[in-house]
Formats: sequence, C-alpha cells, structure tokens
Amino acid sequence: MYTQGLDPSGASADPKSGAETSADLERFQSRIDAEQKVEPKDWMPEAYRKTLVRQISQHAHSEIIGMQPEGNWLTRAPTLKRKAILLAKVQDEAGHGLYLYGAGETLGTSREQMVDGLLSGKAKYSSIFNYPTLTWADVGAIGWLVDGAAIMNQIPICRCSYGPYARAMVRICKEESFHQRQGFEIMLELSRGSKEQKDMAQDALDRWWWPSVMMFGPSDSESKHSAQSMAWKIKRFSNDELRQKFIDVTAPQAEFLGLRIPDDKLQYDAESGHYRFGEIDWREFYDVLAGNGPCNRQRLRHRQKAHDEGAWVRAGAKAYAAKHEGHSRTSRPRAAAGCQHG
Amino acid sequence: MDKQEALLKYVLRLGDNALVLGQKLSELVTQAPELEEELANANFALDYIGQARLFYSYAAELEGKGRSEDDFAFLRDGNEFRNVLLVEQPNGHFGDAIVRQFLFESFYALQLEALARCSAPRVAEIAARAVKEIHYHLRHVSQWLVLLGDGTDESHSRVQRSLDDHWRFTGELFAGDEVDEAFEREWDGPRLAELEQDWNEKLDTVLADATLTRPAAQWMDGGGRRGRHTEHFGYLIAEMQFLQRAYPGARW
Amino acid sequence: MADENWPLYEVFIRSRSGLSHRHAGSVHAAGDQMALDHARDVYTRRNEGVSIWVVRSSEIVASDPAESAAFFDPAADKIYRHPTFYEIPDGVENL
Repeated sequence: MYTQGLDPSGASADPKSGAETSADLERFQSRIDAEQKVEPKDWMPEAYRKTLVRQISQHAHSEIIGMQPEGNWLTRAPTLKRKAILLAKVQDEAGHGLYLYGAGETLGTSREQMVDGLLSGKAKYSSIFNYPTLTWADVGAIGWLVDGAAIMNQIPICRCSYGPYARAMVRICKEESFHQRQGFEIMLELSRGSKEQKDMAQDALDRWWWPSVMMFGPSDSESKHSAQSMAWKIKRFSNDELRQKFIDVTAPQAEFLGLRIPDDKLQYDAESGHYRFGEIDWREFYDVLAGNGPCNRQRLRHRQKAHDEGAWVRAGAKAYAAKHEGHSRTSRPRAAAGCQHG
Repeated sequence: MDKQEALLKYVLRLGDNALVLGQKLSELVTQAPELEEELANANFALDYIGQARLFYSYAAELEGKGRSEDDFAFLRDGNEFRNVLLVEQPNGHFGDAIVRQFLFESFYALQLEALARCSAPRVAEIAARAVKEIHYHLRHVSQWLVLLGDGTDESHSRVQRSLDDHWRFTGELFAGDEVDEAFEREWDGPRLAELEQDWNEKLDTVLADATLTRPAAQWMDGGGRRGRHTEHFGYLIAEMQFLQRAYPGARW
Repeated sequence: MADENWPLYEVFIRSRSGLSHRHAGSVHAAGDQMALDHARDVYTRRNEGVSIWVVRSSEIVASDPAESAAFFDPAADKIYRHPTFYEIPDGVENL
C-alpha cells in the first residue's frame, strides 16, 4: 500500500524482449498459480523482476521517510513512557526499511542504487509522509490511521509470490501490531482528556483522514498493471477492496473515540454491511505525488543531508577496513566462529 | 549530609545523566550516516531513557513526596538538573557524537561496575542491568572511534578535533563533591580516584588503536553537579518539557 | 555517488538453544565486528537470538536452482543477482 497507485503509467518490459518465450511465461505462471514461491536465482520474467524491484524499494523508501514525520515529536514526547514507545516505533521503521532494501538487493539492484533513486526523486514513496506532524495528536493519528492502513495491505503481501519479500513482510507484520495500538492509545488518552486535548485529537483526525484513505491508491480501473500484479501474486487485493475494509474497520473506532470523521457522506449501510463514504479528491493525491505536497522537498532534503553528511564517515570506515583487511579475518571474535559451537 | 539525602541526590544525578544523553541521542534519529547506525542509535537512546526511568522512579520512592518519573523529567527547571556537562554538549557531526558518547561511557561503564557492588541494593540492581547495556554501547562507539581515527585523513582530523573540543568536559567526571563523598562513605560507592586511573588506562589503549592524540592537560569546565549548565541546556529542556508545561496536569 | 559502499553480509540467527541458525536477512557493514553489531541491532531487538553468524554475501557458495535458464548466466557461486558481486576489469565501459 505504500506503493499503490504510485506509478499509474507503470513500467513493463516487452515480454518478447530478451528471450522470454511464451512457454517460459506459462511455466512461470503455473508455478505462481500453484502458490510456489519464487526465490532469488529462479528464472522470472523481466517485468516481474522490475515490478518487484520498484515495489519493494518504494516500500523501503516509505519506511525510511516515514521516520521523519514521527521522529519529529521524539524530543517533545510528553512523558518518558511515550518517548520510549515512539523511539521503539521509529527504530522499527528503520528496521523495516532495512529488511526491504535487503529483499530488493536479491533482485539485481543494490542499496546504493535504490537510495540514489530516492534522492534523485525518481523513486516514489508513500505520499502520506509528505504531510506535516503539527501536534502530538498527529503522532497518535499516524499510528492509528496510517499504520492501520499499512497493516491492511501488508498482511496479504506476507503471501506474495516472491520469497524474500514475503519473508520480510512476515517480520514486519509481527512488529507492526504494536504500532497501531500505540497510536490508538494516544488518541484514546487525548479524547478522554481536557477540552484542548480533545480538540487536538479532532484536528489531527481532520487533517489525516483523507490522506490516509488516499493511501490505498486510485481505483484499480485506473491502473493497467494491477491485473498483471494480481496474476503474479505480488498484489493480492484491489485498492478499492482494501480501502473499503479500512473504512469499515476504522469508522467504529472513531465513534468509540468520540471523534468525528470529516466526511459528511460517511454512513453505515446495513444492507451491504459496509460504510458508504464521500468522493475522494484525487487532485490532491496526484499533486502530492508530483512533488507538490507540504513536506516533499523537506523530506528529501533532510534525507539527502543525512546522506551527504555521512559520506566522510562511510569513507573512513571503508578505509579502515581496507587497511586492516587480513586482520579482521584472524581477529574475528569468538562468538561468531565455529559451526559446532555457534 | 545524611545517608538518605546522599542516596537521593546521587540517584537523581544518575537519572539526569541518562535522560540528557538519551534526549541528545533522540535528536539524532533520521540523521545517521547509514541505516544500520539508525538502529544502533535508537537502541542507545532507548537504553538511556530506560535507565533514566529506573533511576527517577527509585528517586521518587526515596523522596516519598508523591512525585513521579515524569515530574522529575518534565517539571524541574535547569538548575535542578545535576547532569555532567559532557552529556549536554551539542550533537555536531557524527564524530562529535561518537566522541561525546565514548568519553562519557568509558567513565559510566566503570561507575556502573562499581555501583553494582555498592551497598544500596536498588542502585546495585539497576546498575547491574545497565552495565550490560553500556558495555555493548562502549564497544560500538570505541570501534567507531578506531575506524574513524584510523580511517581517512578527513575522518582522522575530524575526530581528533572532536576529542580536542570535548576534552575540557572530562575533568568534571572525576571532580567529586560532598554528595559523591557521602555516597562513597555511606553506601560503599565508587572511588573516583580509582575510576579515573582505570579510565585513563582504557582511554589510552583505545586512542592508540585509533591513532589519536590525547589532548594536553587543560582547564576543565564544571558546574553540572551544582545545576550550572552550558547554554545548550535551556534549549534542551524547553523543547523536552514543552507539552507538560503548556498543558499542566494533563494525562498523555 | 559511488564513494563508500559497505559490503553486504548475510545474517543467520539461532533463536533458541537447540535450534539451528536460520537465515534472517542481510545488513551492510564496513567489517566483520560491525556486521555482528548491526545484525544484533536489526534482527534481535525482541530477544529473537542467542547466537548470530554473519558471512559476506560474496563468500557464500550456492547451488543452481533446478530451473535456472541460460539467459541470465547464473554463476554457481553467486547467490543474488547483485551487480557488485561481479568484478569488472578496468577499461571495460558501460557495465
């Protein structure tokens, strides 16, 4: 979901390029249909590989950039417990980015290439992170809504056809559940607090609701490549299905909090068992995607700065390793050595 | 000063050191030179916040006035915080942060080892837990110091400069006052002179591996134990305490 | 941009005594000890390990999967399709 709808034009290799025959493609498809996993050195269509590299790296970038809006309130967290929880959450996000870059690296790209893609602006990341976190309540709203939406998408990807990506997602999902809970708990505490705190919570919901709903991306009818991704079991549910599920699950939670979702058309329809909701203004989504959101420039600049300022550090470490090349082999710490005793 | 007063004051200082350094490390999130270092840094910050909470909670019990760990963290003014000045120094670049952490932790590890043997049971217990964490930190930052000191010309000169810049805050680590003396006497606390000797030896070993030069003897800054900070501190607590100060009595 | 690439290491964790080491993922690091530290920070945050092995990815020897095809010239000793595992001599352009 951090990648839904990010490249509506998509990239797909001409299936006749290279030497991919339709027999190869059919054989590959039957493996997929039989729910067999594809592993790094297995034969795969070039378009499958490309789609995965793009989706996985965009997912990784989203985790890394996502650390910024949340990290924004680390130094101002209102209690030591909240500070610690938020630190752990942001640390998890770095870890998730790392697992995903690792999965991407099994497909013929490198961490460096993927990061270059992000910093050059060529690679996308989930546009939700281009919004500012203006109050402490935003931290709660992000946990509750944004992580809530992410979980909805991530669980199906645990069963995606590409092994390393699926395994990374399993790790991520295990860690993700606490993220949403901590967000909801923050909102709960605020909604039971002073008038100012309630207003703070409502204001955060007012600003984060629609961007969260837009996270699922435009309707699949807009995307030519949704069908192929579904066939290859990279994508398992449609954008609209996931969005509906999210709204159905979240609306009652908002009611419980005593907060009002900023959608006049939102209404439970007993017949279908789903919530009806208002029309999404996709202009905002495409605008932010194109780089015209409140924080796009800031997020990338921040990331670029960290990268640039770290160059001398990375170079220093590498120079040391080169100087002591033989050394590190012989002075390997005991903890790592020995197959029998490890 | 009586036994209990010394204990309370000593424990608060431990909490203050941990909180202030934890806060500085929290500021570094999203600024690491490599993604793996983000995780390491967050791990360190979490350890420090955890230690601060343990020390402050214990202090609250000792004080017996109904204050909480958060009251100590968010509702005391600058002059009530008694951390050493070293931990409140600005983050600067990666080398500055590593040097700051290295200089402090090579002391803190020794302090905790001694505290794990002191006769204040709760302090010993917290110290025994914390020392494992700090040993891990210290190995990591020492390794970085060596990598950067013996890396490129640029990395070498940068961390040499960091070391020179932070040196004047190291004297304070061993400049005990009546609280340290009382704690040593009443609770079998660390003997600072011994710690200093140990610290010097260990430091010299790491600096040699890092091909760094130990700065010359110089004037040492101080005042943390009396609540007299550097100018950075006011900004640190203004940021940290803002929400609790703006919304007094609120629950979060 | 290619100034300071750290090599890739594969990480194997034994989560409990009695179990074998399992592949957990990968980390970049400038050296072996750093790789161990990073692996510990990344993969054992929730007490998921009693023992960690790290190996440079380029040193792993792997078998050919049964269905590999000739198109991608699979080398027997490269586990990933990783451009930097392949050494290109100086003077060769566009690779």
